[in-house]
Amino acid sequence: MNSSEGNPQHIVVIGNGMVGYKFCEKLIAKAPGKFKLTVLGEEPRPAYDRVHLSAYFSGTTAEELTMAPISWYEQNNISLHLRELVTGIDTATKIITTHKGESISYDKLILATGSSAFVPPIKGVEKAGVFVYRTIEDLDAMLAYAPKARTAAVIGGGLLGLEAAKAAMDMGLTTHVIEFASRLMPRQLDEAGSDMLKKKLENLGISIHLNKSTTAILGKPGVQKMLFAEGSELDVDMIIVSAGIKPRDELAVKAGLAVGPRGGIVVNDALETSDPHIYAIGESALHGSMIYGLVAPGYDMADTIVTKLIGGEKTFKGFDMSTKLKLIGVDVASFGDPFIAEPHARTIVFEDRIKGIYKRVNISADGKYLLGGILVGEAANYNLLLQTVQNRIIVPPDPKDLILGSRGGNTEAAGAGVLSLPEEATICSCEGVSKGTICSSIKDNTLSDVAGIKKCTKAGTSCGGCVPMLGDLLTATLKEMGQEVKTILCEHFQYSRQEILDLVKVNNIRTYDDLLNQHGQGDGCEVCKPAVASILASTWNELILKQATIQDTNDRYLANIQKGGTYSVVPRIAGGEITPEKLIIIGQVAAKYGLYTKITGGQRIDMFGARVDQLPDIWEELVNAGFESGHAYGKSLRTVKSCVGSTWCRYGLHDSVGFAIQVEERYRGLRSPHKLKGGVSGCVRECAEAQSKDFGIIATEKGWNLYICGNGGAKPQHAQLFATDLDTATCLRYLDRFLMFYIKTAEPLNRTATWLNKMEGGIEYLRQVIMEDSLGICADLEIEMAFMVDTYACEWKEVINNPELRQRFQHFVNTPESDPTINFRPERGQKVPVI
Amino acid sequence: MLSTQNPRTSQTEVSFWFKAAEVSAFPENGGACVKYHDQQIAVFYFTRRNEWYACQNMCPHKQQMILARGMVGDQCGEPKVACPFHKKTFSLITGENLNGECYEIQTYPVKVEDGFVYIGMKE
Repeated sequence: MNSSEGNPQHIVVIGNGMVGYKFCEKLIAKAPGKFKLTVLGEEPRPAYDRVHLSAYFSGTTAEELTMAPISWYEQNNISLHLRELVTGIDTATKIITTHKGESISYDKLILATGSSAFVPPIKGVEKAGVFVYRTIEDLDAMLAYAPKARTAAVIGGGLLGLEAAKAAMDMGLTTHVIEFASRLMPRQLDEAGSDMLKKKLENLGISIHLNKSTTAILGKPGVQKMLFAEGSELDVDMIIVSAGIKPRDELAVKAGLAVGPRGGIVVNDALETSDPHIYAIGESALHGSMIYGLVAPGYDMADTIVTKLIGGEKTFKGFDMSTKLKLIGVDVASFGDPFIAEPHARTIVFEDRIKGIYKRVNISADGKYLLGGILVGEAANYNLLLQTVQNRIIVPPDPKDLILGSRGGNTEAAGAGVLSLPEEATICSCEGVSKGTICSSIKDNTLSDVAGIKKCTKAGTSCGGCVPMLGDLLTATLKEMGQEVKTILCEHFQYSRQEILDLVKVNNIRTYDDLLNQHGQGDGCEVCKPAVASILASTWNELILKQATIQDTNDRYLANIQKGGTYSVVPRIAGGEITPEKLIIIGQVAAKYGLYTKITGGQRIDMFGARVDQLPDIWEELVNAGFESGHAYGKSLRTVKSCVGSTWCRYGLHDSVGFAIQVEERYRGLRSPHKLKGGVSGCVRECAEAQSKDFGIIATEKGWNLYICGNGGAKPQHAQLFATDLDTATCLRYLDRFLMFYIKTAEPLNRTATWLNKMEGGIEYLRQVIMEDSLGICADLEIEMAFMVDTYACEWKEVINNPELRQRFQHFVNTPESDPTINFRPERGQKVPVI
Repeated sequence: MLSTQNPRTSQTEVSFWFKAAEVSAFPENGGACVKYHDQQIAVFYFTRRNEWYACQNMCPHKQQMILARGMVGDQCGEPKVACPFHKKTFSLITGENLNGECYEIQTYPVKVEDGFVYIGMKE
């Protein structure tokens, strides 16, 4: 390149979207200070993440979506012009002009003008209530309109359309998707894949209409009705058009640059337009008759130009359109050639209509190579499959292993898969980072965690899809380097949780500070403090407020923090059984302190909106009325849910309520690596939903069946049947051993389900430990649990009787005033916070 | 007397030392909130280092008045506080977010004299 020293080349980028930004980032990283850089964007804010735009509706702020703050541009001496529209390019004098009348001359010009939403010419499309889904301003307009609407229709069932449908759902609207083609995501999915996705989305409450062409939008003044070509109609109050994109090539047209017959700025493999000083990248560029509407090819285009500008060699040779995304909680992926079929390929299809999983892989006619495929409902293998396509790796002798896994019951196949990839295999396709780059970065920079890899290589920083593979590569590389791979707590303790528990016990360590002095370094942090607090509580069972500042805020104030900084109060209602008198007390206390009340999922009552200074007074009244802490704030036993059982129910076999109360009172206050939930059902009808709990007990004719390691929440998992037809004493003994073994061996914040999933040997191993005492520790586990049961004391009772502890429940330390920013408004007859 | 090195309100810029509260009002290795006119300021006592830090009480992530109730600690030696709501962490020296996000908090110099904690204000 011929940039002379002292007078650097001036590079002007038109467009400050994701790809325009990425160009700047890459240029600054590879040649800091070598070029003069000017960026013009017409939007009012710097580039933001459009890929995750729908997160804006679920609470992510515009700032969080921003790729880099304005200060980043300043620090790197980039002259950033926002809200400035470029109106002309004079290719002869190499000068651009803006709507403000400014003229800027360039040496090289990058057109990263992106695209706008394609709005089909439907009658009535200009009406109020019709939106496009493209910018944060579009979203703000929708949010402003949505309160007036109840039903929304999205025109377009492609990738973006379904994102828009999620947004409509998040705004609380009844949502319809209208697609012209016979299937959803027609560029990515085949008929069967679309079918499966359609079912899943319909289960979530979205109505899908295929083969429908909108002919008119009616309503006065705003949208009220849509008419379709075949004569049907649909009542809606809001429409989001997401029928495709239109490259923003108007500036290029005006400047006389070549554009395609259907739009898009024509570029060659070097991404030069018809003027060699002007490049086009991203969604505005037309390369080999393709417009790439994904971010990864755009980034690769940016990288191509940057490489050339700094004197390297790189051309853009088209890009794989493989993609994986999570649509409204449903994994969908499409890779390689998803549609190729006989006679050019042989396909294997797996379909599980119960779980809603569809997988298709296309194998070359000779059976050697994977050519492409489709995954719906489960796409954990996507990266590996994509690598297998791109690197032409010979597929296993039985290619169905690719989608079903090797069914020998071990999970090593996936890990071995990453390692079998060649060095040049692209792991992060968004940032274009190869396996070799990642592994050498781990070695050269002695990285020890995925965060470090992200920082050094940028891999995993865009869509995040490759992060699990980064973890596998890290573990494998460290192992290869002869380093012991272990899960240490954090930078302050080079020990696992289990090792710390042993240190605490063996050395009789009672405080966090002692542990840090003897076995740690630094000041600690928000990871190790609560983890150690939990260990100390599980070992010594002393009042946690003796070390208040190592507790999470919920434990520090023995209540659950809520929006606005107030807390909620949950007294224990063991087994969900409560007398009318006690119900009245709760009502009286809630009324006296003006608390919002709600029945929880664990069969008790939550009182919200208590200021920190009110907590001791509220609890004093509750404790005096015979209540005790419900530990809803702790990583500890929450509730043991019960059905009504044999006392009342004509189907009940045993007294499930009585047993639930006995179990809940046995383990109340027990601190553990994560929260614990239990359930007891009086018969197989399972009304207590015990099989979704960490431990579930279900009555049988002969006794109790014990289920363990179930989980509700984000990753639901059924509990597994551990032992059958137990008598009450044996059931409790197994529970004692199981819970204590979990407490002693799980990593921090791992629920029992995760713990079991990671355990070598699985439930069979756990049975040997707990039922057959294969480790010879059962007697100890029982003694340790007996100590915890014997030393239980209600934390709130201790606090209300201790003036010094009560004193800590204050918002300010220099005035008795409460937090003046706390505010409530009424809703459905109660108060709720104003944020 | 101890104080923080704050790039935005350096000691020399302090026009007024606000007398916040007695040292004993603050928990060890933790924080508490003080009121100064309409402002809420979180004050942290790093007992292990015998150092004091102060910052705005509002977490900029979701605009919650909460940082004083956060856990303190360090990241590679840099003193920090973690917001109890979503565990966003902030340097107590520069106020910068340590999770790589682009908001930051105001920090203030602190000094201790005769058993009282003072916060350095810039009018």
